[in-house]
Amino acid sequence: MATYSTNEFKSGLKVMLDNDPCAIIENEFVKPGKGQAFNRVKIRNLKTGRVIERTFKSGDSLESADVVDIEMQYLYNDGSFRHFMVPDTFEQYQADDKTVGEASNWLKDQDKCTVTLWNDSPLSVVPANFVELAITETDPGLRGDTSGGGGKPATLETGAVVRVPLFVQTGEIIKVDTRTGEYVSRVKE
Amino acid sequence: MNFDWLPSGDLTLLKSRAQLLAAIRQFFSERGVLEVETPLLSQGIGTDPQLAFFTTDYQLYPRRQTMYLQTSPEFAMKRLLAAGSGSIYQICKAFRNGETGRLHNPEFTLLEWYRVGFDLFDLMDEVEELVNAVFLPYRSLTCTHRVSYQSVFMQHTGLDALRFSLTDYSSYAEKTGLAEAITICGTSHALWLDFIFSHCVQPKLNDNALYLVYGYPACQSSLARLNAQNPEITDRVEVFIDGVELGNGYYELTDAREQDERFDREIAIRRLQGLPDVTKDVRLLQALESGLPDCAGIAIGLDRLLMRMTQSSSIDQVLAFPVAKA
Repeated sequence: MATYSTNEFKSGLKVMLDNDPCAIIENEFVKPGKGQAFNRVKIRNLKTGRVIERTFKSGDSLESADVVDIEMQYLYNDGSFRHFMVPDTFEQYQADDKTVGEASNWLKDQDKCTVTLWNDSPLSVVPANFVELAITETDPGLRGDTSGGGGKPATLETGAVVRVPLFVQTGEIIKVDTRTGEYVSRVKE
Repeated sequence: MNFDWLPSGDLTLLKSRAQLLAAIRQFFSERGVLEVETPLLSQGIGTDPQLAFFTTDYQLYPRRQTMYLQTSPEFAMKRLLAAGSGSIYQICKAFRNGETGRLHNPEFTLLEWYRVGFDLFDLMDEVEELVNAVFLPYRSLTCTHRVSYQSVFMQHTGLDALRFSLTDYSSYAEKTGLAEAITICGTSHALWLDFIFSHCVQPKLNDNALYLVYGYPACQSSLARLNAQNPEITDRVEVFIDGVELGNGYYELTDAREQDERFDREIAIRRLQGLPDVTKDVRLLQALESGLPDCAGIAIGLDRLLMRMTQSSSIDQVLAFPVAKA
């Protein structure tokens, strides 16, 4: 397995730390003029999502983590696992609820998403930045209200609840920003 | 269109740099301190295990000699002092291999000066005057804090910097979320001080004031004299603004034998750590033997000083071309 020295630590590099796959976020070189050089590194644990800071003696190294991001198609949920497929190779992967996490709010059959693999098994799932989902339930709003102020909750086909303007009705399809969980617009069929 | 040829910093900062250099030259000219130049390319180099140097080949056919790019002009300037130059200053490039980051560039600009007849406290007075003079057009610092290493260390960590206690230091590290220090530093007092000072003390020296931290523990003496009253500390001072280390000065060691012993100790450490072998600078030792006048000297990183004057967050902003674009 390849190793990386502190000099090579840069944002996005995937390394193993305390037996977990991690991504380097920031690497600050700390060196007293007349003293030992250190690297103060901000790291995200890719399993837990937690961000920690850790200091290394400059020149120390970490093992690289076999972590890759692959664009896949979401296929279906069998009740205990969600299934994904790499479009080019038809290779399939399954991930449990814990791995899929909040992405489950936005995953609709056939949609594209990014699956992070660690040693060839799914570590996390990130949905597309924008998804189009049908509203399964929302209170009928006042007709003619187009101001969009205030809004109301709407349940989507995935089970997620987002705030939508009063004029948006059950059965309509809306575009949602998955990074913020916010309504963007109506989608005309 | 490729923009890689462009400078990394703002062009207005080039003007600030030129102003800074002019202000420094005026400052020393008014005080009768002589500007000098010494070689950047030299046959000898410092033994400090913490400083990695650049080597190059001097080819004078059929001979070939390894030469070094200076990590600081200290040795050559001390030879001038021993030869009777009187107080001198120099603005020059210095080179430190492998140092790169938000506050580091392997090639950087140093202001180094020596004052004959000054002790550490006279030198601190002058540092304060110089910093206030060059900062004047840019920002005003609220005050100057002169604090001993031991007291500033105690104030921010509750630990005694002069008495190494593995138990106390380790439990402090665990309590502050820096447990990795225990593995990194082991039982080395000097390493623990470097770690804790740079992580927990230095960042606190950031209240828009000039900090002059003096009286470093003897295990961090480098080329400073041991204090005459208290041999546990050395007559060494460091300069900080906004939590950034700007300079390092000493009441200079003049004892040739003590200097020779320190060289030997550092060379032994280099061998132990598998670092490139160096020979000690015999000409410096000869100069010390012939007699270095009592003096105090300091080096200040001008790129970092310019960063603090202009409140720039990265050294790249104050350089025309940092190493990645050189």
